[in-house]
Amino acid sequence: MIEINHLSKSFSTEDGKRQVLDNINFRVETGEFVSVIGPSGCGKSTLLHIIAGIDEADSGEVKINDDENFSRLGNIGYVQQKDLLLPWRTVLDNVILGLELKEVSKTEARQKAREYMETFGLKGFENQYPFVLSGGMRQRAQFLRSVLLHQEVILLDEPFGALDALTRHQMQEWLFNLWQKLGNTLVLVTHDTDEALLLSDRIYVMSKRPAKIIKELKVDLPRPRSHATITDPKFSKLKAELLAQLHEKQSATI
Amino acid sequence: MKNNLQQFKFPEVRAYSWIAPAFIIVALIATWELWVQLGDIPKWQLPAPSAIAAELVKSWSLLLHHGYITTQEIVFGFLVALVSGLLLAAALVSSKILERAILPLLVSSQTIPIIAIAPLLLIWVGYGLASKIIVVALISFYPIAVNTIDGLKAINADMVAMMKSLGASRWQIFTKLQIPTAMPFMFSGIKVGISLSVIGAVIGEWVGASGGLGYLITQSQPLFLTSRVFAAIFVLSVMGIGLFALAGLVERLMLPWYYAEKRAKKANQ
Repeated sequence: MIEINHLSKSFSTEDGKRQVLDNINFRVETGEFVSVIGPSGCGKSTLLHIIAGIDEADSGEVKINDDENFSRLGNIGYVQQKDLLLPWRTVLDNVILGLELKEVSKTEARQKAREYMETFGLKGFENQYPFVLSGGMRQRAQFLRSVLLHQEVILLDEPFGALDALTRHQMQEWLFNLWQKLGNTLVLVTHDTDEALLLSDRIYVMSKRPAKIIKELKVDLPRPRSHATITDPKFSKLKAELLAQLHEKQSATI
Repeated sequence: MKNNLQQFKFPEVRAYSWIAPAFIIVALIATWELWVQLGDIPKWQLPAPSAIAAELVKSWSLLLHHGYITTQEIVFGFLVALVSGLLLAAALVSSKILERAILPLLVSSQTIPIIAIAPLLLIWVGYGLASKIIVVALISFYPIAVNTIDGLKAINADMVAMMKSLGASRWQIFTKLQIPTAMPFMFSGIKVGISLSVIGAVIGEWVGASGGLGYLITQSQPLFLTSRVFAAIFVLSVMGIGLFALAGLVERLMLPWYYAEKRAKKANQ
């Protein structure tokens, strides 16, 4: 469970302080799939950096499982849009990187990783270097790196943003199935309204910078959802609501 | 993708890439030979390639003896440069203060001609192996250190964030991210440094020595043993090429991923 209270963050730039996050509050229950949606450059990535423990907030608190002192670095998964596999490691050695950093023996880690290769669509590529993989496979490998570490909470920063439309749809379906199987707590940052509606239980809408949470939307569409759901009138209604929020807050700040 | 890789192992481009330089070398040697023979140029002025080859055969034990001395100077000098270059690079990258204090010194040290320092080394450490090792180390140290510094700095912030989110310590980030990232850069520096080390050894011997191929050249020149000078130069250049190729081989063995990726990119173009 993630709980964020009154989180604010600003960066100092050449022309003074620039506030990025302004009093952010939100909550993600254990096993829940929540999306955060907002315009590009609104500070979504900064928010994930803070949750992951990579960056510090100026004020406010981040609680994991009701614990403010939870050691977040190393225990919260963080999958980015960029390809962050190490080019000198084979696929197998890339996915065990986290375990290796925790000083699990390589043999043991590799053995464990092999069990997951099929589920993550990486079977047969264990000993290849990452450049051989397709964009979708690279994202799955990065995801597996987190799953192998038993990171229960996984933050996804536009993980499918760089993929073509068809691959993106396949990856969304794959992610959804995997989430049902593993039951992780997922926070997905995206600016794709369809993606957010298809996958999440709830959606938080963020405003332009300085970002606030301007709307919380419960996605009460029945599961399982597929790409046929997009034509569902209920889906259209939610999407319209979401888009209205996104546009409204944009014109408000312009 | 896999097919592309396999295809690329025997393309015609590679075979042809050898032919052009080989042809030019053969043509140059033939022109040289003809020019000397037809022009009746005296041997002490410019020996023909055939005369140099004959000299190589005749003086091979002499060349071997002096070549061994020069090789020793190069190997030890280069190892000193490698170890100190890598250690200094690691130190400068891990401390901002050290970097600010030492990097300007390192750069300005390169404006001092080695050939001017070499005679001083004779005064300080004598005519033996040590002075040559120092000259070789001084000359090949710089490219290794500078390239490795660039390599250690070539990591991007997202990669560091990724390592941190997996729980990596600063040391783990250094060993598992920074060092592998720096490897191709380091090898560029090594390849430049190892070629320079041959020059360094010759400079060291010219200034004052009792053996080595550079010494052999300075001894043969006043006696107008020009073919022997050429024979020594030939051995030196073979050594240089050999050392460069060795560095390239070690690089290929140590960075298979780097070459596999490069080949695949080329094949996809």
